[in-house]
Amino acid sequence: MPNVKPIRPVEAAPIALDAHARDNLRYIRETMERAASFTAVPGWGGVALGITALGAAAVANRQDSPQLWLVTWLAEAAVAIGIAGWTTLSKARAAGVPLLSGPGRKFVLSFLPSVFVAGLLTVVLFRADFTGAIPGMWLLLYGAGVMTGGAFSIRVVPLMGLCFLVLGAVALFSPAAWGDGFLAAGFGGLHIIFGAVIARRFGG
Amino acid sequence: MAKQGALRSEREPKGIPSRRNRAAETPARDLNRLIHERTRLGIISALAVNSSLTFGELKDLLRASDGNLSVHARKLEDAGYITCSKSFAGRLPKTEYRLSAAGRKALERYLDHMESLIRATREG
Repeated sequence: MPNVKPIRPVEAAPIALDAHARDNLRYIRETMERAASFTAVPGWGGVALGITALGAAAVANRQDSPQLWLVTWLAEAAVAIGIAGWTTLSKARAAGVPLLSGPGRKFVLSFLPSVFVAGLLTVVLFRADFTGAIPGMWLLLYGAGVMTGGAFSIRVVPLMGLCFLVLGAVALFSPAAWGDGFLAAGFGGLHIIFGAVIARRFGG
Repeated sequence: MAKQGALRSEREPKGIPSRRNRAAETPARDLNRLIHERTRLGIISALAVNSSLTFGELKDLLRASDGNLSVHARKLEDAGYITCSKSFAGRLPKTEYRLSAAGRKALERYLDHMESLIRATREG
């Protein structure tokens, strides 16, 4: 029995063109997502956050009771969340970037645990009458959140997170009376500086 | 002239489409093979969402070797799809790529093409 071999090599089953096209579209989308980072981080929003934080620091510093001091900063946090949410959404819409897909979702998911921990520790430290440690803890955890979330973002975002971390670490070992100064420097100064950089270099 | 010939041959389909794919035969004829290749498609896609990217950034992003990226970037540059500028950052050379208007148009046409392929296959 002769050994019969096909003249043409047996080809693998052809891949359907539409499957190939879908695969290409998926590749384009994934490459764009990886390359784009999180362009919806708002620069001017950051500047606005900084300005309101400077105002909050001035008001909080005049409060006599720790309760009013905390209420002032919690009100500022609520205003900041509103500004950040609105400006992020506006920038994402203007750029045609889906906010909660790919890098945006990673940013939020990386940022939220730090915010949750900051909220819990605020309650614990306040009840223990240890309010002097709250500014340093806020700056540290905000910095940690921005840094981990910013790992998927434009490079300037994790750098801002690092600055918050350094400032928070210094604040923890500084006199409690300097707390508002550190908060003004962090949530005010750093937001204004980095917000302006983001707005100028990454559009809005 | 030689460059034009090379580009034309990259755009031409190779082989006979299978029976299953015959529905998408017409769109396949116009396929831009220059950006159909994975690394080149990656370069174009990445530059479409960034004003510019350096050689190093593209290399990290696409996980390509220096030689591979360099060859594919040169092909896109020759076709006028991307522009390349070389400068120095301190003492280190810096190569920066940007997507040209022709490159953006080519990507848009390619996306349209892929969508029409999917549509044609569904209808066929």
